[in-house]
Amino acid sequence: MEKFKTLNAIAVPLPRDNVDTDIIYPGKYLTTIARTGLGEMAFETIRYRADGSPDPNCIFRQPPFDRAEILLTGHNFGCGSSREHAVWAIRDLGFRCIIAKSFGDTFYFNCLTNGLLAITLGEDEVDRLVSSAGDGKILVDLENQRVQGPDGEIYPFEMDGFQRDCLLKGLDAIDLTLQDEDLIAAFEAQQRAEQPWLYASPSRTTDPSQ
Amino acid sequence: MQASAPNTLYDKIWQAHVVAARGDACALLYIDRHLAHEVSTPQAFEALRLAGRGVRRPEASIGVPDHNVPTGDRSVPPAGAASARQIRLLEENCAEFAIEHIPLSDLRQGIVHIIGPELGLTQPGMTIVCGDSHTSTHGAFGALAFGIGTTEVEHVLATQTLVVRKAKSMRISIDGELPRGVTAKDMALSIISTIGAGGGVGHVIEYAGSAVRALSMEGRMTLSNMSVEAGARAGLIAPDETTFAYLKGRPKAPQGEQWEAAVQYWKGFASDDAARFDAEITLEAAAIQPLVTWGTSPEDAVPITGKVPDPKGISDPRKSRAVERALDYMGLAPDTPITDIYLDQIFIGSCTNSRIEDLRAASKIVKGRHVAKSIKRAMVVPGSGQVKRQAEEEGLDRIFIDAGFEWRQPGCSMCVALNEDKVPPGERCASTSNRNFVGRQGPGSRTHLVSPAMAAAAAIRGHFVDVRNWPNGS
Repeated sequence: MEKFKTLNAIAVPLPRDNVDTDIIYPGKYLTTIARTGLGEMAFETIRYRADGSPDPNCIFRQPPFDRAEILLTGHNFGCGSSREHAVWAIRDLGFRCIIAKSFGDTFYFNCLTNGLLAITLGEDEVDRLVSSAGDGKILVDLENQRVQGPDGEIYPFEMDGFQRDCLLKGLDAIDLTLQDEDLIAAFEAQQRAEQPWLYASPSRTTDPSQ
Repeated sequence: MQASAPNTLYDKIWQAHVVAARGDACALLYIDRHLAHEVSTPQAFEALRLAGRGVRRPEASIGVPDHNVPTGDRSVPPAGAASARQIRLLEENCAEFAIEHIPLSDLRQGIVHIIGPELGLTQPGMTIVCGDSHTSTHGAFGALAFGIGTTEVEHVLATQTLVVRKAKSMRISIDGELPRGVTAKDMALSIISTIGAGGGVGHVIEYAGSAVRALSMEGRMTLSNMSVEAGARAGLIAPDETTFAYLKGRPKAPQGEQWEAAVQYWKGFASDDAARFDAEITLEAAAIQPLVTWGTSPEDAVPITGKVPDPKGISDPRKSRAVERALDYMGLAPDTPITDIYLDQIFIGSCTNSRIEDLRAASKIVKGRHVAKSIKRAMVVPGSGQVKRQAEEEGLDRIFIDAGFEWRQPGCSMCVALNEDKVPPGERCASTSNRNFVGRQGPGSRTHLVSPAMAAAAAIRGHFVDVRNWPNGS
């Protein structure tokens, strides 16, 4: 996973609540088996016109927001489906950070596993950032857990220490877990003793129509 | 487990699965069951291969294609090479990593959240994950079940664990008796319209109260399924005799002597009387009405007796703008009575409402009647091959077919519109599914979420009607 320490970048405002994962990455493109190159399909109903041509009036395509690496949005961003494609697509568009009033839970975790920093700020704080987004860059400092608006205003944010550490160091979660393999094995041994039915065999069933 | 501190059901399942702490709020949790489908797993298996990792406990996972499978003629290959490739890859990946796979040709194939309970894979006190948000369905059994991303799928396959952040707890108590014609689906929509689509963010919801206790397992699954539409990570209902009776004798449920031991163990999974929740919500069952969504979020629900809102009457400018945008997409005028909304399409199916009781409820409305001429397409998509067979044994297929419905093969179908089952652009669908998002049932599709009985009644009349007034009951 790519490390995240600081980011000084333009932020594009999408001041709506409940932006769902179907808006971020339409279901019809879920038949892909790739993780990359999905940015083209991101926010399709916002970034493209009905005839499929890019919408030049869309805020994502207007300078300076066409260079944005931060997304500013409302409540419950990324609600809906657990599709990680939504995060892959946003990353592929060049974003490294999303600042929202709240996030869909699964989407939030998907961001962190992909090096996309998801920051939750208060209602007024996000509104202030949205109104000043056109004035310049926003500075995001993960180490010190603070965001600095174009006007110099500082907004501290909360983040779980473990998750912050993983992002700062770019740790591979599976490698980290595998270091605790003995603990996993011990858990399984105890569970097998206490709930043998979970380990009963044969576990496979057969087609009753056969 | 601390004997002194009162615990919620969620605390108890959590504590029973902690392998190691991860900072203050996270833990490495053991995962008892993993359900794999074709859409969210190809990249996970590929990553395993690239990293040279194996699957830790293949017997803890099961694979079944459901999202993009054809629901028509199964003798022909799926439409679209990409879908066919995903279905083939699931089968190949399961074979390569020794995971049980239920193919399209198997009677047990169906929507992953229908077949988990049906096979007895879903059990109280478990942790269950799947690369699908409606994994919340399994919470109906008192299992901590939630959707995960593809990278997390890979993590579970490789380690049988997952790093999870402990959520806050919310209890939603619904007491009293549901009025005739009002279902678990209406309970769910009522909750979401009350607390909002983001009302449950950061929480696990436990459903309690006499109206929840009175629900069948199928009704409980419908309720818990929609937890994610309220923004919650998961839903939970404490297991009871209804749960045990449902599970007993199912092929993957504990057998013989182990059954009694398991039931004893499961009985410990209930919130202590003194347990405290971070949030408490109370609803009266008697006040719940049949609901219909008018917008593009599941929170946009009003009673069948209600009207489409007027954005001009909403003082918060952002909310007013959101309603305006939704009505524009939905092609609805402010203040339109819900019963004046005419439909083009009817979809009875999805992991929310495609179990046998759902089909029975819809068939009672439909029996001896015919779908309105103005309806372009009405379809019933059973949740699994076993649901379909049972419905056919009860003659429900004839009732639907005689009434002008299509009787199709099991799958996610028009809920997610990944296969050929799509609502054409601009058309309006009464759907028993869970999401009315922009483009959810196909680009430009307009979705109204309702219960199976309400969808069936709308099919017959061509517009929404109050199922409580339906002749011969509902």
